[in-house]
Amino acid sequence: MAKGFYTDTTACIGCKACQVACHQWNDIPAAEGGRTELSGDSYDNTQTLSAENWRHVKFIEQITEDRTQEGFLQGSRWLMMSDVCKHCVHAACLEVCPTGAIIRTEFDSVFIQQDACNGCRACVAACPFGVVDIGRDGKAHKCTMCYDRLQNGREPACAQACPTESIRFGDIPDLMKLADARVAQLKEQHIDAYVYGKEDIVGGLNAFYVLVDEPHVYGLPEKPELGSKNVDEGFALSGVAAAALAVTGLVSFRKSRMDEKAGAATEDHH
Amino acid sequence: MFQQDLQNADCIIVMGSNMAECHPVGFRWVMKARERGATIIHIDPRFTRTSAMSNQHVAIRSGSDIAFLGGLVNYIIQHDRWFKEYVHAYTNASTIVGPDFKDTEELDGLFSGFDPAKRAYTTTSWAYDGTLAPPAPAGSSTNQNGAHAPPAAPKPAVDFRVRPPHTDPTLQHPRCVFQILKRHYARYTPEMVSRVCGCSPEEFERVAKTLCDNSGRERTSSFCYAVGWTQHTVGVQYIRTASIVQALLGNMGRPGGGILALRGHASIQGSTDVPTLYHLLPGYLPSPSAAAPQHDTLDGWVANTMPTTGWWANGRKYMVSLLKMWYGDAATPDNQWGYEFLPKSVGDHSHIPMFKAMSDDVVKGFMCIGQNPAAGGQNAIYNRAAMAHLDWFVVRDLFRIETAEFWKAPDIPDPSVIKTEVFFLPSTSVTESDGSFTNTQRMLQWHDKGAEPTGDCRSDLWFSHHLYKRLRKLYEGSTDPKDAGFLAMTWNLDVEGPMQEPKAVDVLAEINGWTTADRVPVKTFLDLKDDGSTSCGVWIYTGVAPAPGVNKARARVADAYTSLGWGYAWPANRRTLYNRASADPEGKPWSERKRYVWWDETQKKWVGYDVPDYPATKAPSSKGDWAKGGMDALDGSTAFIMQRDGKAWLFAPSGIVDGPLPAHYEPWETGVKNPLYGTQANPVAKVWNIVGNRYIDAGDPNYPIIITTYRLTEHHLSGPMSRWSPWLTELQPEMFIEISPELAAEKGIENAGWCTVYTPRAAIECKTLVTRRMRPFTIAGQRIHQAGAPFHWSWAGVVTGGNANDLIALVADPNVTIHEGKAFMCQIVAGRKQAEILAKLPDQTRPLPLVGRREKRAAESAIDEGIELAERVGQYLPLDHPEGVYHG
Ligand code: SF4
Repeated sequence: MAKGFYTDTTACIGCKACQVACHQWNDIPAAEGGRTELSGDSYDNTQTLSAENWRHVKFIEQITEDRTQEGFLQGSRWLMMSDVCKHCVHAACLEVCPTGAIIRTEFDSVFIQQDACNGCRACVAACPFGVVDIGRDGKAHKCTMCYDRLQNGREPACAQACPTESIRFGDIPDLMKLADARVAQLKEQHIDAYVYGKEDIVGGLNAFYVLVDEPHVYGLPEKPELGSKNVDEGFALSGVAAAALAVTGLVSFRKSRMDEKAGAATEDHH
Repeated sequence: MFQQDLQNADCIIVMGSNMAECHPVGFRWVMKARERGATIIHIDPRFTRTSAMSNQHVAIRSGSDIAFLGGLVNYIIQHDRWFKEYVHAYTNASTIVGPDFKDTEELDGLFSGFDPAKRAYTTTSWAYDGTLAPPAPAGSSTNQNGAHAPPAAPKPAVDFRVRPPHTDPTLQHPRCVFQILKRHYARYTPEMVSRVCGCSPEEFERVAKTLCDNSGRERTSSFCYAVGWTQHTVGVQYIRTASIVQALLGNMGRPGGGILALRGHASIQGSTDVPTLYHLLPGYLPSPSAAAPQHDTLDGWVANTMPTTGWWANGRKYMVSLLKMWYGDAATPDNQWGYEFLPKSVGDHSHIPMFKAMSDDVVKGFMCIGQNPAAGGQNAIYNRAAMAHLDWFVVRDLFRIETAEFWKAPDIPDPSVIKTEVFFLPSTSVTESDGSFTNTQRMLQWHDKGAEPTGDCRSDLWFSHHLYKRLRKLYEGSTDPKDAGFLAMTWNLDVEGPMQEPKAVDVLAEINGWTTADRVPVKTFLDLKDDGSTSCGVWIYTGVAPAPGVNKARARVADAYTSLGWGYAWPANRRTLYNRASADPEGKPWSERKRYVWWDETQKKWVGYDVPDYPATKAPSSKGDWAKGGMDALDGSTAFIMQRDGKAWLFAPSGIVDGPLPAHYEPWETGVKNPLYGTQANPVAKVWNIVGNRYIDAGDPNYPIIITTYRLTEHHLSGPMSRWSPWLTELQPEMFIEISPELAAEKGIENAGWCTVYTPRAAIECKTLVTRRMRPFTIAGQRIHQAGAPFHWSWAGVVTGGNANDLIALVADPNVTIHEGKAFMCQIVAGRKQAEILAKLPDQTRPLPLVGRREKRAAESAIDEGIELAERVGQYLPLDHPEGVYHG
């Protein structure tokens, strides 16, 4: 069963507990020993997803000139959104990785095996969301979906830390149901909400969002495309990878997605 | 109310708090309420993370909340939206006030009894009609400059010993509370609210209507506040106004209703319960006062501080049991159960007077544990300068915070002249010791040690225990009467392990209490006696450890609602206080939807989802017999049992020193003339006209900008637990001030650029966030800017920066001596100009150049102890009555 994140941005209070939990669990040191500068961009001082920031909370101030607020998320508003690797169903990074360092795990997450990464940066170029980044060690880094925690039956650190359940972790179909219900609820309140990350976005995102404004407002591509040059090659590579993974008892995302479609919903494949 | 109960509210007003930002975990219940259809309203000068989550944000300028809340009172009365049956039964609306009372309506903003020379009220004229007038106090406090003949503690202005107060159930009597209230708030119209607060009348009316529509039998609303309400010269009256609103609407003691005080530290509630306060003993028993002759004896203390009717009539049992726990066998009937051992308070020993006393070379030694006054104190420069007068100074903390190295402050000109001997003792973090937290909703939760302390780090319990043991050796054999209390103290903690750590559960057992003879734990405070047969450290906590080996603070059984199996909420594991009010006078739930606690006629007792806040079998129909006193004096249809008359007080005939009804006064520093009264500011505010504390006159054009201070999610207070953690500092690395684009344009300040903020006390440099989340206000026809500054930075730690607390004046609420940090005036200029501006500030405003001048010490020899000392330290704070502090 594919696991992932559902991030309800309308529930995010921008506390950044997710960012801190991520740094702490994964033992990622703060940038510049913590002595960074005020960005001037609202309350966002880390600015972007990067090799060090696998979660990043965006702050988008939309305050009208007369400062009126008509209701929740209507009129003046301050949008907050905790961004993360999308763990795409068609993951361009995985597909272009020449060494097979990037794999799809038994949870359908996209994981960079550090010992196999040679720092070629193909994934950096391929990711339509600008998620992957080269760290100080010269290797590619991004959210692991807390692979180590998942293997031990725990949810990712960010989801556990989030006080408002803006970040939820679970089985994708369950999460999608929650997101759809949330969108319906917000629509009833006349808020133009939608799910970003259904199949129309590169075949589906295993980290998807409920948004209330255009994707570009959140720094997300409206119609992300897989770099076409890389895609064929990428799919071929991923086929090899899938075969390799199957040997070790893992199942590729394709199979699990097909199983879902066939309605064989909940049983575990490993 | 408890945080989880917020989800049952139909409307939540967050005011005086940025709850989402500063209490993010509790805020989830606000969001749950919103998802269930509740309306969330945030009333605040700034559009914050809380506003972003709300249905309505109403911007009002800092320091104008009483005008807004008073407007709600007026709206409720004028539109006849008050909850009639509730108000009649459970409040003092019908009680008649004495003929000598004069309201602000008659005295242009003052109440009767004001003495301008002493800047204090004599409160006798506020008493209920027909109750005995108390004798005039022997002296009276003055709030000028901390000068002060300590007066006798006034007796309660309402003496109910003889008979209950007179009432007029028709509410028509011109001197009944309801009519006084109606007249008092009549001028708080929507237009006046708009003039004072800067919101539009329509915004105000939308709030008022929403609140009223969501109150009554079927619906309840709640308020959440934090120090945005308390840190004012009228802080206590802010909360009072909200309690009037909630009592009129019938929102107290009911599910989803109430006023939630959000605590800013993990166990700040515990520190007032147990407490670390100078004027209280554990469990809200007032400290004996040297200034009150009645307090020379236990009987006199009981008569003077404990009412004879209502729950506090039990006060003597709690006091005797406390003395018995403290003094054990040494507490006997012959020495009034050890009452004679108790040190008496000789003045206002709260934070500001204490630092003034340091500055005056009266206080010579200081132990600072879990606090960072060098950066976190108001007028922090004054705090630092005061420390330089100390002979010795102990700091226990996780890091070498500013206070531990105060002499390194960049504004101390020559550290070498400071002779203070400083001892830094590293402390454990909470994960390295056992203990409990008492959180915002009075709930104790136990934490177990997760790791051994490293190096020299020791727990607070270890420190207190071993300090006592060593002091005890030094005092051993003394026959000096003043040492007798110290030597008589019981201290029977066992230690364990290589570090000789006392067991925290042993302290919990003492807190819970036991029978003196055989040390059987007491199960409830109903079992406490005044004959020495029971011993109890904190009566309100009794029941937390009701049997050997049982620690209910450790309980972790949650359910979908009150979760009585999770932790232990004092008193008696009760989650909502005064929950008798969730049923009507006959004991039936006001509505099915708001069912909570009710009278079960077949079982003949109170039952419900919570522990009923009432004598278990006191029937709703029972009639009180005043002569019997205690709870027997009250009818079974009363609900507010900590009050002598069993009523929620719309009008407070005693217990509050600055007025029986809240009135809007301008902050001590303000840009405008009070639009409501000729009386500009709180006439009895505590002020300190001393070097280093120059005030800004109202309307001073040199300081035209309103400023407020606050916290960010990313940091904790002055930063002692966050500015040393790079994972947090990278998220908010630099001090900044928030201003509107309009103000930025006027001042030529750029976003993310530098600016300098100053007051007569200090000038600080900081970065700027220019944002529409801030806005200018129009107050009484005058355009006025508002700025906001977090107060997390200072000179030590991973990240450093300007300290907003340096800017703030020492001026305080007269009831509790809380400073006014949430509304004051300043000037802002572009660029880094600290040195330039400081050079222009008059010398006498800057105490630091005086640091190290010790000539004043010569005067020391003249100082005696006791009262004389108190006269130099600060003014006397009249003892409050217990109900004034019951809710912490
Ligand atoms: S922890 Fe949750 S609420 Fe806080 S910033 Fe992250 S997603 Fe938002």
